[in-house]
Amino acid sequence: MKEKRKKRKIDPAFLVMVGPVSGWMLLLVLVPFLYIFVISFMHRSAYGGVKPGFTLENILQVFNPDYLQVFGVSIGYAAITTILCILIGYPFAYFVAKKTPVKKTVIMALVMVPFMISSLIRLFAWINLLRREGIINQALLALGVIHKPLQLVYNNVGAVIGLTYTLLPFMILPLYSSIEKMDKSLLEASYDLGAKPAEAFLKVTLPLTMPGIFAGTIMTFIPTLGLFFVIDLMGGSKVLVMGSLIRNEFITAKDWPLGAALSLFLILVTLILVKVYQSRGGNMDELGGM
Amino acid sequence: MEDIIRIQDVCKDFGENKVVKHLNMTVRKGEFLTLLGPSGCGKTTTLRMIAGFEQPTSGTIQIEEQDMKGRKPYQREVNTVFQNYALFPHMTISENIAFGLNLKKVKKEEIKKRVAEMLDLVQLMGYENRKPDQLSGGQKQRVAIARALVNRPKVLLLDEPLGALDLKLRKQMQFELKRLQKKLGITFVYVTHDQEEALTMSDRIAVMSAGVLEQLDVPKEIYNHPASKFVADFIGESNLFYGTVSRIQEDTVSVILETGMVSVGKSAVASGEIVDISVRPENLKMSETPIPGFDCPAVVKEYVFVGNICKVMLTLPSGKEVRINQSPKLPELPAGTHVNLYWDISDAVVMSSPDNHVYQAVENAKLA
Repeated sequence: MKEKRKKRKIDPAFLVMVGPVSGWMLLLVLVPFLYIFVISFMHRSAYGGVKPGFTLENILQVFNPDYLQVFGVSIGYAAITTILCILIGYPFAYFVAKKTPVKKTVIMALVMVPFMISSLIRLFAWINLLRREGIINQALLALGVIHKPLQLVYNNVGAVIGLTYTLLPFMILPLYSSIEKMDKSLLEASYDLGAKPAEAFLKVTLPLTMPGIFAGTIMTFIPTLGLFFVIDLMGGSKVLVMGSLIRNEFITAKDWPLGAALSLFLILVTLILVKVYQSRGGNMDELGGM
Repeated sequence: MEDIIRIQDVCKDFGENKVVKHLNMTVRKGEFLTLLGPSGCGKTTTLRMIAGFEQPTSGTIQIEEQDMKGRKPYQREVNTVFQNYALFPHMTISENIAFGLNLKKVKKEEIKKRVAEMLDLVQLMGYENRKPDQLSGGQKQRVAIARALVNRPKVLLLDEPLGALDLKLRKQMQFELKRLQKKLGITFVYVTHDQEEALTMSDRIAVMSAGVLEQLDVPKEIYNHPASKFVADFIGESNLFYGTVSRIQEDTVSVILETGMVSVGKSAVASGEIVDISVRPENLKMSETPIPGFDCPAVVKEYVFVGNICKVMLTLPSGKEVRINQSPKLPELPAGTHVNLYWDISDAVVMSSPDNHVYQAVENAKLA
């Protein structure tokens, strides 16, 4: 490896193509990251801002039981969202993968279309659908399924609906690509050897599409830890999660060093999850080159 | 011999496309039967209907007297060896082989014993714990065979199993497959488009073309007495002539070709019928002197030496090319030499031409 690196010459065309992106990433990702890293070891000043000096106080604060509990709640939301996304996304991806090529393209394009609209607007649309006077409650009342409106938004139910909705496409894409890639003759071979459809699914399809489930899990679990605005909007700002805690420290409490330390902790957790994914043979490209 | 598979009047359509047309055939218990034909002739579809991956549009398939209608692949006692092997990539070799037995809830010790037997049979001992992608093409093929045979199927179906292997390995596997089949006595139904493979391995060959069974017979009969122009052309090399029956004598039949009269052996044709005559290159002969009963001139074009034989290319007056395979010891004639073609009358195969319905129509018109 080392020898290779010594001998490698940098192609000017390569520089021209990759240079701007690298510069962009350095400026907008690496510099802010280093800033966060540095201020997490500094003191807070009275009016926001930071005072120079070194302290481990902020880092230790992160392990305060109150904050760990918030972290636990975040993990809970992420876990529930991920499981729901798998349960909804897997059957969906499975049946789309069996369609004709044209239908596949159209359906997968439809999965992507909502990304063209701001997620805030889409969430407000959901709130409209789910609220007490919304279409869903009205329809259920009219059909006589329920006798009083269900509380579908501004609580945990609303928050989970919002998160699941927002992250479902990130589960569907890797699942779809792994199911679609699977050699269909393997299913025929398992039927031929005496497997009923359910047995063939459990013994062949499921193990072979595990990488897709794994990639989808990373793609939904990690973003959920940071997607506080969904929980704020649809959960009615009643619960505190990692993302909203960090925002509060920066904006409301004006304690930047603590906010930075909490951010570092979240980044660390994310990195660990990605490392676990890689060590299990996961491919970074399947995560969309994260 | 007892029949194990009976296919009766089976048709298979994919939309407008009629892939198999009124197929009737039987497979005998313990034989090595090959379905042979060019791609798109319906041979793989026929195999898939026996396996249960496709249901016939009409007609019945029986395995051991039982109608297979509506039976799923997992409800049939046949196993398939797939062209691309279809080994489970997430399982080891022994897990792959044990797959069918595990589903049948066979006892663990029994599975272990039978998997070991199979590994021994296909000479892959020591490969138990490898994954399929650590094996070569030939080894994967043998695992696929072991995985199917371990279930002791009534019939083993093989869909061009050697198609992906290189020539040398293919020859070796042909021999191994034949050895396995003889040793185990299991009925093999084998699909291939390679006529040489079919001739080497099969007890009987079913030649298919465009969804129709052209001929079902032992390899020797298929080669020496092709039932149709298609079979004559597809199996081995053939020189085909086209003519009209003019005179039927006691043991010879005279046929008028575009060049003139030739003689063939006695066969079931009527005077005036349009026929195809097939003569293998090794049976076609030439002479610079006239041969009685043959009026078939040709011009020598070139000699091609291919080791054990010499191929002589000749041109008929119509421009059509014919070939003679002869011993390289015979003297070569210079290009442009005018010769007469002839053959032993028993070596020419006479077949009713597909164009014969024209003759029939004309005859009927005359009668009317």
